Amino acid sequence: MTDLVSIRRVPLMKAEHRRARAEEATARGVATVAGWTVVVLLAAVTIFLLIQGLPALTAQPEELPLGVSLLRLAPPLLFGSLWSGLLSLGLAAPVAIGVALFTTQYAPKPLARLLGTITDLLAAVPSVVYGLWGLTVLAPLTAPLGAWLATHLGWFPLFAGEASATGRTMLAASVVLAIMIMPIMTSVVREVFTQAPTEPVEAALGLGATKWESIRMAVLPVSRSGIVAGAMLGLGRALGETMAVAMVLSASPLHVTGSLVTSSGPGTIAAFIAQTFPEAHGLELNALIALGLSLFAVTFLVNAVARRIVSRPSKGIS
Amino acid sequence: MSTITQVSLRRRLTSSTAVVLMGIAVAAALVPLISLLWTVISRGVRRFDLAFVTQSMRGIVGAGGGASHAIAGSLLITGAATLMCVPLGVLAAVYMTEYGRGLPVRVITFLVDVMTGIPSIVVGLFAYAVASLFFGPGIRSGLVASGALVLLMLPVVIRSSEEMLRMVPLDLREASYALGAPRWRTIASVVLPTALPGITSGALLGVARIVGETAPLLLVAGFTDSMNGNLLDGRMATLPVFIYSQWQNQGADASAYSNRAWTAALVLVLFVLALNIAAKAAIRLTQRHKGQS
Repeated sequence: MTDLVSIRRVPLMKAEHRRARAEEATARGVATVAGWTVVVLLAAVTIFLLIQGLPALTAQPEELPLGVSLLRLAPPLLFGSLWSGLLSLGLAAPVAIGVALFTTQYAPKPLARLLGTITDLLAAVPSVVYGLWGLTVLAPLTAPLGAWLATHLGWFPLFAGEASATGRTMLAASVVLAIMIMPIMTSVVREVFTQAPTEPVEAALGLGATKWESIRMAVLPVSRSGIVAGAMLGLGRALGETMAVAMVLSASPLHVTGSLVTSSGPGTIAAFIAQTFPEAHGLELNALIALGLSLFAVTFLVNAVARRIVSRPSKGIS
Repeated sequence: MSTITQVSLRRRLTSSTAVVLMGIAVAAALVPLISLLWTVISRGVRRFDLAFVTQSMRGIVGAGGGASHAIAGSLLITGAATLMCVPLGVLAAVYMTEYGRGLPVRVITFLVDVMTGIPSIVVGLFAYAVASLFFGPGIRSGLVASGALVLLMLPVVIRSSEEMLRMVPLDLREASYALGAPRWRTIASVVLPTALPGITSGALLGVARIVGETAPLLLVAGFTDSMNGNLLDGRMATLPVFIYSQWQNQGADASAYSNRAWTAALVLVLFVLALNIAAKAAIRLTQRHKGQS
């Protein structure tokens, strides 16, 4: 009797089991494929940009944008990208650190929340709107400043050359970039300051340190790597930022100058691609894709290093 | 004695200076935001009328016309990108929280983080590079633009979904297993529904990020003056590119063009704000849910 039951039921169980296992395997398979898409996509970005970018390396200069070879075109643009990125970083970093310190160490909770909302708002504004604002409001505002700097401090390399009348200079572009990268830097640095242990701060205060001294001795040292990571993430954003720079900065792409006040400074890779692409054809497109690949490589590196730094201390704590 | 008070005065001064500097930093963050919002609103209201959302730019030279074609294009392209991206992103997050283990998950997590910072122009070039291999050079299509936007939205969706799935309490899963439900059923009918408000919020933030993207759309969706409702058929205008082209190709009556650009900017900022507020509301829904249970 028992044998009969077991004989009857075992095959049935097996079939059910098999179906259940097949379903489980399908679900797992689908999820796994989706999980690996990110890896596949990033690999595809590299591969396709390589395939389409390589023909430009061997092309004749007259077939490429501005009629120059890629080796002549890329370095000034790369310089422009790095220069505007570093300038905006220099402008944004103190502000981001200041805002983050204020929200985490000084501000009462409601005010801190309000400041968080404000930085979120700044991050949410589309870059094309920043571009429009930069060239209608900010650039005319910086024009007189640029003219003054060029006449009185023209001997200093940063203010050399003829000042732009429209104000669409590296100065205005870096300020716009700084405003755009400030939110991401603030949020990373704020996170780091929040994670700093409070006991040393309280100990410092208990030993008679002023509020600032407690921050300098107990908060800033443990946050150093986080601040560096936040700055690098901001730099990565600034390097890749396209529309705002394309609209605000008036450039002569082959010219290399560090001057902030002329309208004949270098452009940036991203902005140059956006401005040239709609009218480009043939090998010009391949050249732009090759430029895009170099931008991808640089930003990937900057972001990867920054993420490594961010993930390290949190791993140690948890 | 006097040296001690002097030192302490200097220290107090340093401390107050630091506070003042932080105040300046906060002001430096506030001033541009206020100026920007004020400019967008004050200049945007000039053409904020019915014609702007009902008419296209077809046959319009100078004043008049509207951005209905650009609004429709933005909705279509963003909608298609969302439809492709959200299922993919949620499944990827399911893999990372429920199935994956060890090194692969760490690698994917790292790459997702790095992908958050990928420049949008690079994504546009990639979409063009792929599409032009299949459809020939000069390809312009709404769907290709959606594909580009998927790459920008994906990391946002994965990150937020992953976070939300991790917050689902283990007890719920165990209860489901105890009832005899297999793993995939537990995920589909217990874990995902519990995390739904949070996932929705992440998806909305992702949409907010891509709806304002300009560079990839400029490259692969292009620009046109008339309505195009077909994602597969040629150039399609979008709000961000509308702003750029109105500014760039100003005709004789320049103010008509810049007014349209500012109104489009106002519409776009309102879109983004609404999406952000909706995302916040969805998150609050989860928190209330948790408070009750």
